[in-house]
Amino acid sequence: MQVNQEFKPTIVAFCCNWCSYAGADLSGTNRLQYPANVKIIRIPCSCRLNPMFILRAFQRGADGVILCGCHPGDCHYTTGNYYARRRMTLLFSMLDFLGIERERTRVEWVSAAEGAKFAATMNEFVETVTKLGENKRLEDLRCKS
Amino acid sequence: MQELIKAKAVELLENGVCDRVLGWKAGEFFYDVTPAVFRSREEIEKDFVFGPFCGANMSKYLIAESRKEGKIAAFLKPCDTYSFQQLQKEHRIRRENVYAVGVQCEGMCDIDAMKAAGIKGILGADGDGGTLTVHTLYGDKSVERKTVLAERCKCCKSKKLLGCDEIIGGQGEELESNRFAQVEKLEAMTPDERFAFWRGELSRCIRCNACRNVCPACSCEKCVFDNPASGVENKAAANSFEENLFHVIRAFHVAGRCTDCGECSRVCPQHIPLHLLNRKFIKDINELYGDYQAGADMDTRPPLVNFQTDDPEPSVVHERGSEQ
Repeated sequence: MQVNQEFKPTIVAFCCNWCSYAGADLSGTNRLQYPANVKIIRIPCSCRLNPMFILRAFQRGADGVILCGCHPGDCHYTTGNYYARRRMTLLFSMLDFLGIERERTRVEWVSAAEGAKFAATMNEFVETVTKLGENKRLEDLRCKS
Repeated sequence: MQELIKAKAVELLENGVCDRVLGWKAGEFFYDVTPAVFRSREEIEKDFVFGPFCGANMSKYLIAESRKEGKIAAFLKPCDTYSFQQLQKEHRIRRENVYAVGVQCEGMCDIDAMKAAGIKGILGADGDGGTLTVHTLYGDKSVERKTVLAERCKCCKSKKLLGCDEIIGGQGEELESNRFAQVEKLEAMTPDERFAFWRGELSRCIRCNACRNVCPACSCEKCVFDNPASGVENKAAANSFEENLFHVIRAFHVAGRCTDCGECSRVCPQHIPLHLLNRKFIKDINELYGDYQAGADMDTRPPLVNFQTDDPEPSVVHERGSEQ
């Protein structure tokens, strides 16, 4: 039997319940293709994302982590994504400072009407991470089976 | 200076301004000075010290002490007063239970720097001002203070005493410091070099949690790293993940609240330059959201619980990276 050795990255996408999760849904109902290795986790708001979740995702074997939320100004809770924006900026900067490839993390604002943007973003992100290869710098051997 | 402070401590106790005093007590070694609470004149006369090794930040201890009955007098150095104000801002210290005495500081010394300067058989050191007297097995020696300063004191940010009831040794000024020089040096490296640098530093971590325990900003009553189910509550035998996670999360948790007192690096038994992680956050905050010094005032909102509608997008990290 032939085993496909091609590297398929695991991507964790944190999507806010009100915009991006609905955006992902729309891209599905529109039959837009995006890679199956994107695992979506629904969160109530982009500012629910504890920085530890991102590191945890890497620990458990993610090769890239993306956060999708409402466009700034459109937050269901008025201001949540503004806080998330500051936090993520600082966290990504810190990961970069520690020498972890900055291309593995990203924030993208996707509204409920932007199914096409969601699919395009995921396609592009998976491509970027595939080029980077496996996540070696933030993996946890204890979590490898 | 030591005599002035001791006299003040006795005076405060005997006048009934406070019923105990938070100060420094000689530890096992002369350079190992520990914070202690004094309750009587005899205790103060016997054990109270103030010298070139009194680096400990006293504000942390006021969190617990100010919740007890009675009033406590505390001696605070300029960097302690920043933490003192920051903790009041977070409603951690009960100000009405504290009598704060500001003590001017000339910079604290590092025993390793002294040894590195070639002084052998050190038995003790004292003195105020620019010159220290170091007692050694081979007699006394005088040493320039600035040559044996701790790393954090070489780039002191401020000698201002904030929010004190009383001041000993005169008010100081904010200083121009080059404290971000080392962070800039690291930023100029390639990601691979930075990764190698931090692996070299962080892999020495033994997860003793001293940095967490000493940090005034790190004073949660429940800590994620005490949770045995977290998988990162102690040192992993196999790999580097938990060190990265611990130090990134710890630095992130104090981002915007860290006053840059440098205690984390002072207490680290493995000499990991942990203050660089905090400084990186401070530098980023200053660059992206405007200059901010935690603890410098009592009314501004910390940058991470605040926002502007025109803040830069997180992709700024990628863009900034491509220029380097």
